[in-house]
Amino acid sequence: MTAKPMTAAGASRASVLFPAVAAFAIGFGLIFMSGLVQAETLHDAAHDVRHATGFPCH
Amino acid sequence: MTPPMTCVTRPASPATDMFSRILTSGLIAGAVTGLIAALLQLWFVQPVLLHAELYESGQLAHFGAETVSAHQDPGPFEWTRNMLSVLFTMMVYAGYGLMLVALMAVSESQGNAVTARQGLLWGLAGYLTMQLAPAFGLAPEVPGVAAADVQVRAIWWLGTALATGLALWLIAFGKGWAAWGVAVVLLLAPHVIGAPQPDSYAGPVPPELSAEFAGRALGAGAMAWVLLGLLAGWFWQRESQSAPVPQAA
Repeated sequence: MTAKPMTAAGASRASVLFPAVAAFAIGFGLIFMSGLVQAETLHDAAHDVRHATGFPCH
Repeated sequence: MTPPMTCVTRPASPATDMFSRILTSGLIAGAVTGLIAALLQLWFVQPVLLHAELYESGQLAHFGAETVSAHQDPGPFEWTRNMLSVLFTMMVYAGYGLMLVALMAVSESQGNAVTARQGLLWGLAGYLTMQLAPAFGLAPEVPGVAAADVQVRAIWWLGTALATGLALWLIAFGKGWAAWGVAVVLLLAPHVIGAPQPDSYAGPVPPELSAEFAGRALGAGAMAWVLLGLLAGWFWQRESQSAPVPQAA
């Protein structure tokens, strides 16, 4: 069999999907924790950022 | 499932390799953007926020017995508070960076090459998704505003971001009127449903300050997102070019 031409990333669709979903989930976790979790300590520490970034805060 | 490899040319699997490239590009672009976004926030947004807090805490009273000067001393620089803001802004944009690059990787695997220049468009789309569309219903809140229950607002906020993001993906990559029609419905639906609003208005902060705060927050966000898109596209392209491409024997 001849090798299939690859994209510049050298990636097939299957080898992209899982890593992309994993990275997306980590990114969402960061946003959720810094922007949306209402635990008091987190809320107080991130207070100004939440207001300035447009997250619902109080 | 990854098919068994018959010819091992490098130690890392394609999936692991891809994961580390997404992490590297997303985190670096996000951290750099976060640092600059934090400076923009401290410079342009924080003074308005501190000014509003004088009204929230009752130190100043809008329409009180005395006329209040519009020029107030913002007070000394609060190191702990502001360094926490820098830290959390970097976390927020690192998160956005990871999500953005993950989507860039998926899009590229479908044949749409991503460059720094196209990253600008990705950044604008991210801004529309995560800031402007939610702000259309829930404008950036100055401290002290009256608002509906925070969890209900968070659900509307997340739903709006999800619907807007999906819609923009369909507009950019969908083919045909069906996809674009669904996109228009997704764009409008959160605002037709309507954001949760407070039962009554009780904010003690002058409307001039609230408006200035919302404008500043949205403007600083736009600058940060365009930068994030540019950097994410640039780092991703660099990572893609340096990726080992399997050679035919």
